[in-house]
Amino acid sequence: MSWFRRERRGVQPIQKKAIPDGLWKKCDLCGEILYVKELEKRLWTCAKCGNHFMISTQQYIEILADPGSFRETHTGLISGDPLQFKDLKKYRDRIREYHEKTGMEDAMVTGFASMDGRDVVLAIMDFSYMGGSMGSVVGEKFARAAQDAILRRRPLIALSRSGGARMQESIYSLMQMAKTAAMLSRMSEEGLPFISILTNPTTGGVTASFASLGDVIIAEPKALIGFAGPRVIQQTIRQDLPEGFQRSEFLLDHGMVDMIVPRDELRRTLEGLLDFMCARAASAPDQEVKDDSQSPAVS
Amino acid sequence: MRHARGKEGDAKMVQRAPKRHVLDFEQPLVELEDKITELKQLAVVQNVSVDEEVGRLSEKADRLRNEIFAKLTAWQQVQLARHPLRPYALDYVSALNTEFVELHGDRTFADDAAIVGGFMTLNDRRVMMIGHQKGRDTRENIRRNFGMPQPEGYRKANRLMRLAEKFHLPIVTLIDTPGAYPGLGAEERGQALAIAENLKLMAGLRVPVVSVVIGEGGSGGALALGVADRIIMLQHAIYSVISPEGCAAILWKDQTKVKEAADALKLTAKHLLSFGVIDRVVPEPPGGAHRDPAAMADTLGQVLYEEVNYLSHVSPTVLRERRLKKFLNMGYFEQESP
Repeated sequence: MSWFRRERRGVQPIQKKAIPDGLWKKCDLCGEILYVKELEKRLWTCAKCGNHFMISTQQYIEILADPGSFRETHTGLISGDPLQFKDLKKYRDRIREYHEKTGMEDAMVTGFASMDGRDVVLAIMDFSYMGGSMGSVVGEKFARAAQDAILRRRPLIALSRSGGARMQESIYSLMQMAKTAAMLSRMSEEGLPFISILTNPTTGGVTASFASLGDVIIAEPKALIGFAGPRVIQQTIRQDLPEGFQRSEFLLDHGMVDMIVPRDELRRTLEGLLDFMCARAASAPDQEVKDDSQSPAVS
Repeated sequence: MRHARGKEGDAKMVQRAPKRHVLDFEQPLVELEDKITELKQLAVVQNVSVDEEVGRLSEKADRLRNEIFAKLTAWQQVQLARHPLRPYALDYVSALNTEFVELHGDRTFADDAAIVGGFMTLNDRRVMMIGHQKGRDTRENIRRNFGMPQPEGYRKANRLMRLAEKFHLPIVTLIDTPGAYPGLGAEERGQALAIAENLKLMAGLRVPVVSVVIGEGGSGGALALGVADRIIMLQHAIYSVISPEGCAAILWKDQTKVKEAADALKLTAKHLLSFGVIDRVVPEPPGGAHRDPAAMADTLGQVLYEEVNYLSHVSPTVLRERRLKKFLNMGYFEQESP
């Protein structure tokens, strides 16, 4: 019981970058130093404050889908460079760099999976690819995933994390908002469920399109969710923002999301919801509702 | 981003001293035109003939105008689109000499003056008009929040569009906004949700929708009135995912790089037509819509009537199918063969 001699080896000072080889990780929110093995067990959530760390798309697939059931769809879609955009860097170079760095083709992965035996379509965004920004590829993948859901009469589950529309595609990325929303209009008509999961952070054009159009909207705890980013708002109104502003809990209080669900309960929650929402999807489309004729409503 | 524009556009000044709002590149042209006007006045007072001189100067003015407007930079287009004398939605409504019954409120929270809407006639047709509305003077700009809507504005638009559908009225939207307002209250009341709901609603509407970007098409806040069968832009209007200012700050990390950003964003009507994102560009009077608002209104009125007439012959089912396809086709990517 020496006060001065360090008996345990490998104890690390707190702030230093010297944390060896990913054994420990610091929580962004509360600063707690967490043991990685423990973090993994808790699906990368902080034991102290409940902060949800950003995880990979693959990890979400493991959390959400039955083991081995995920089959990726719509691969091979690569961003074009419609505007030949160049800021400090060429957009083309950025695309290549992110591709090499992340191994991903763009900021969204789509696929078929089963959840507790029920077939679903998944669309999962990834922040690590260019800030999860939505350009033509993300829009197209989402639209195709929704199309898959319609053709196979399956629920669609999207998980978002995004900085918004991809500026380098300007008008094309803006139009992806309309495109994704248009497909969801079609899904609604077909009576198919769409569940949107918002994770940290989801802002801009993604929040202002498909991510806000869930029949049910779920947020992970403490996620930053909003239309404008906090910095833009602060610059506009020139006031300090209240604590907890634009966090999941704030959105729940203001009626913008249905529930806040911790990561380890996501899957069970989804299954429970789909039990209620899939009754009609399972049967053939309701002809009466689909009928486009203009017969007067029966009173 | 928008503070600098707060001081512009006093309605009284518009009549008395339009020179107060002359853009740098307009200056030589306006000076020349002033000279012509002066000369004409002089001729009346002193009863002398100045026809020859006026003719010469007018020719020169035309040449100069063509010169300037033939090689407008993207940034100059942005300035024209935001010109404080540029006609706004309600200016067109009154200039078109239509019947207009303005409707107010989202039935939930408030009436947002940054979006106006109501029943309107277009010659022998009845339509629902919905548009962004900027203010002409400081007081009006405060009331209209510089044309930056709150969620209530979008919810009012949503309500009016559903009304239009119920009564089989074609919808005309006039887009002119720097963007949806990024404020505390806007976030609390679901700005993103309000915009998203409009996109979804518009995609499925059973009535024709014609959208015209008459000034600034600022991102999602513009698109929320823009999921249309026909997307039209006035010649000097702009439409993009982010303002040049915002883009410069984020991508160049330097707010002064607005010209570079404006260039890179390819936000002019000409560009967007070449991309196939918009369907039509409506020419403006020489020197821009603000130089001859009456002529601009005339042209716009004809275009709107023509478009609405044309779409009114399309069945609702076909209309919706085409609209969906139109937006599904938007995007630019490469497909690698598996």
